[in-house]
Amino acid sequence: MSEDIKHEWPLFEVFVRAKRGLNHVHVGSLRAADHEMALHHARDLYTRRNEGVSIWVVRSDDVAASSPDEKEAFFSPSGDKVYRHPTYYSIPDSVPHI
Amino acid sequence: MTDLDEKSFTETIAKDQRIEPRDWMPDGYRRTMIRQIAQHAHSEIIGMQPEGEWITRAPSLRRKAILLAKVQDEAGHGLYLYSAAETLGADRGDLTRRLIEGRQKYSSIFNYPTLSFADVGVIGWLVDGAAICNQVPLCRSSYGPYGRAMIRICKEESFHQRQGYELLMTMMRGTPAQRDMVQDAVNRWWWPSLMMFGPPDDRSPNSAQSMAWKIKRHSNDELRQRFVDMSVPQAEALGVTLPDPELRWNDERGHWDFGPIDWSELQRVISGDGPCNAVRIANRRRADEDGAWVREAAAAHARRHQEAGA
Repeated sequence: MSEDIKHEWPLFEVFVRAKRGLNHVHVGSLRAADHEMALHHARDLYTRRNEGVSIWVVRSDDVAASSPDEKEAFFSPSGDKVYRHPTYYSIPDSVPHI
Repeated sequence: MTDLDEKSFTETIAKDQRIEPRDWMPDGYRRTMIRQIAQHAHSEIIGMQPEGEWITRAPSLRRKAILLAKVQDEAGHGLYLYSAAETLGADRGDLTRRLIEGRQKYSSIFNYPTLSFADVGVIGWLVDGAAICNQVPLCRSSYGPYGRAMIRICKEESFHQRQGYELLMTMMRGTPAQRDMVQDAVNRWWWPSLMMFGPPDDRSPNSAQSMAWKIKRHSNDELRQRFVDMSVPQAEALGVTLPDPELRWNDERGHWDFGPIDWSELQRVISGDGPCNAVRIANRRRADEDGAWVREAAAAHARRHQEAGA
């Protein structure tokens, strides 16, 4: 089994910009021999109905991701910094446009 | 695994939030999810064959283009699903081998032959209609990548069902021979379509766990009833008869009653003795073998290109 799997094309993650003015959004993955083929496959697979105006492909093994196990340690520091939010500051109702 | 992992998994499910690829999950959940997604992917890939056989024989350029687009969608659906399965640590090539070697199953509906062009229409109307009934609730499946793939798939299935129904309406406006073809196709596909929802609830051993994990949202019988209720008025509008003498409206239940399903037939077809099981797998195996040199050549080209660039 592992012998065969070595011949598998690498995995690519696909990001599509749905229309001008929007960010590229992750839509899924696919297998391709190289970046050029990945782009063509992404076009055929993820934009058959005008779902996009631009595509990025990235090799899946090049993606570095935060670990769900460290979610607390990684994201909780922002939890106690309420002063980063505009609602933290009380301003009298009589002051306009703020 | 720690108690904390399990607690976080259970709470995520309880809050109706999604489980995402790198989250901790019980082994049983991962196994069930891989099996379900792989079977679903295999069904889409094998599902290209019954209709694909009619592409060269479609009666007009318009029907040919529609059918091509539909079969291409089925390929796409299979690939969205293999992509979701890979987020769980499954390997696409390995899943294909499991299919070819008969170690993983696909929907038994695709083991029936397509005898006339009316079958293309009936597959769109009934088979894709049943698939939509099954799949719409799966958009809220607890596993994120599966739910997202299902949303994409459901959007496209709607085209499949409508093209099928429109095809049948066109044939029903044609000659008596064409109307007979439609009725014949309905007679052959109706009961297998009802079987697509799986065994009855009291004989579906894995359902309770799948419901608890929110992989599944409705029971097999519930979805089957929904499909019958939707299909009866559609059959009437089309002018065909559904091949069930016991089909009648039940005022008390507010649903259509229907006759007993021959579960021994489903068992027989699932276990490999359907009309087309062998040919479907043989075709898939041949496609895999015939494509091997292309995959190897592309990989060699990519390697050489990379070396030259480095």
